[in-house]
Amino acid sequence: MFNLAKGGNNLLSYIFVFMVVVSIICSFFTGSGEVLSQSMMDGASSAVELLFMMSGMMCLWSGVMEVARESKLTEKVSMLFAPLLRLLFKDAHKNEKAFSYICMNISANLLGLGNAATPLGINAMKEMNVGLGEDEVSDDMVTFVVMNTASLQLLPTTVAVLRSSYGCKTPFDIIFCVWITSVVALFVGLFFAKTMCRGKRI
Amino acid sequence: MNYIMPCVFALIIVYGLIKKVKVFDVFVNGAKDGIKTMYNIAPTLIGLIVSVEMLKSSGALDMLCDFVSPVTQFLGFPKELLPLALLRPVSGGGSTALLTQTLKDNGPDSFVSRCACVIAGATETTFYAITVYFSAIKKTKIRHTLFASLMADFTAIVFSVLCVNLFF
Repeated sequence: MFNLAKGGNNLLSYIFVFMVVVSIICSFFTGSGEVLSQSMMDGASSAVELLFMMSGMMCLWSGVMEVARESKLTEKVSMLFAPLLRLLFKDAHKNEKAFSYICMNISANLLGLGNAATPLGINAMKEMNVGLGEDEVSDDMVTFVVMNTASLQLLPTTVAVLRSSYGCKTPFDIIFCVWITSVVALFVGLFFAKTMCRGKRI
Repeated sequence: MNYIMPCVFALIIVYGLIKKVKVFDVFVNGAKDGIKTMYNIAPTLIGLIVSVEMLKSSGALDMLCDFVSPVTQFLGFPKELLPLALLRPVSGGGSTALLTQTLKDNGPDSFVSRCACVIAGATETTFYAITVYFSAIKKTKIRHTLFASLMADFTAIVFSVLCVNLFF
């Protein structure tokens, strides 16, 4: 999913500082100092503007998805995908607990419930880790994390909310493109995840 | 296509009612989480949008785009999307900031904006996900996870342009 709250790692600090320093150095050469200080103020206020424009739709979708979760619609969807996932996770599906976490994580991702997906995913990893050595990473773990980094989402709500906040009347018209793109990307990811693990297990 | 959003909305709440969920109460509770999310992302978004805005007004972003434009042109890839493509796997907030800029500068229905939205919708913050899942079980080796994930991201970026070309 397209989770905005992500990126708490240190890499971001470097990127942040890098962007600001590069801007200043660059504006020395292009002589755009005046615009630069203006852009700081503009940036800050347009960020707040955006937050306000987004919050309405954000709340709406969070509320709707909560209804989907409460009515067990989420679990229904996860049942649909169990047969497919059984093929992908050759070892993990023998472990009942790990497999159910995997199913729930994938379906939470599909429904765009990023905040619910992460804890489920961590539990799945913990279950898959049972009986493995300290530095041992199973093939299924790789497959699972790769699936999580390639976002499969039925409704890209956050992107749609952003689009509509800039005046788009049909924010979901990109939905087929998003589906096709993420399915193809997922296949490529799974292809590499599966083919590169033949034989060796470090 | 115009009916996707309202229909999904209706479908979920009607299903909830059939399943005897207190639809409105649950909805209100969930919507509160929406506010919490906004509250949590506000500082990130402000910081990153400011830095991206600075990068743009100083001319640095244009320079970068021009610098790589021979390559992107050769591949038929819009150069405006390059910063987003580079930042997407690393930072969710940063790529939101860039996506916002793209939408603002080009309008939400432009080719570039559509591509940017597809990239954002079809990829994840790869580094974040890998860090979270592997550190949760205290692993330092990740084998070929990063490679496979980045190949998926690269595919998504290429396909977003192909797809938008095809559909619009």
